Amino acid sequence: MTKSDIVEMLSKNSSIPKKQAEMIVNTVFASITEALEENEKVEIRGFGTFKVKQRKPHNARNPKTGDKVFVEEKKIPYFKPGKELKEFINNI
Amino acid sequence: MIKADIVSKVQKVTGLSKQRAQEVVELTFESLKEAFRQDEKVELRGFGIFKIKERKKGVGRNLKTGELVPIKGGKMVKFKSSSRFNKG
Repeated sequence: MTKSDIVEMLSKNSSIPKKQAEMIVNTVFASITEALEENEKVEIRGFGTFKVKQRKPHNARNPKTGDKVFVEEKKIPYFKPGKELKEFINNI
Repeated sequence: MIKADIVSKVQKVTGLSKQRAQEVVELTFESLKEAFRQDEKVELRGFGIFKIKERKKGVGRNLKTGELVPIKGGKMVKFKSSSRFNKG
């Protein structure tokens, strides 16, 4: 499933034109991205939480060649599904 | 940031009423949930991929008391952020 499928579903379920539905879906994910870029946590009730975790710099290896490589510190977005979502997908 | 902040952004961009904006934001996440329930992965370019992972059933142990505890198994949503996102 891709973004266009989400857009289509939203358009159908809300009887909103596709163009506007696309704008909505883009805005939703863009605003999550923006918040995460500022290290802000995004909490969506009934769905889950997006958070940014800081990874420390470390030495790793190139799995193909076995060469040692240094990995700089970086930020990684994480998603933790909420309880409701977990129950929903498990049909509880 | 919480859902209400997303709603107000959507409201600003689309000019929809607050109530309507609330509805469509809710429906957006509902669509994702519906996909997850059907074990479908959801790929959002520039954002990331949500995938459903099956967790095995098994037997674990309470490390403190040594008692055996069943592990239920089930499904879990995994998210991998887009590489573009990571650099940003």
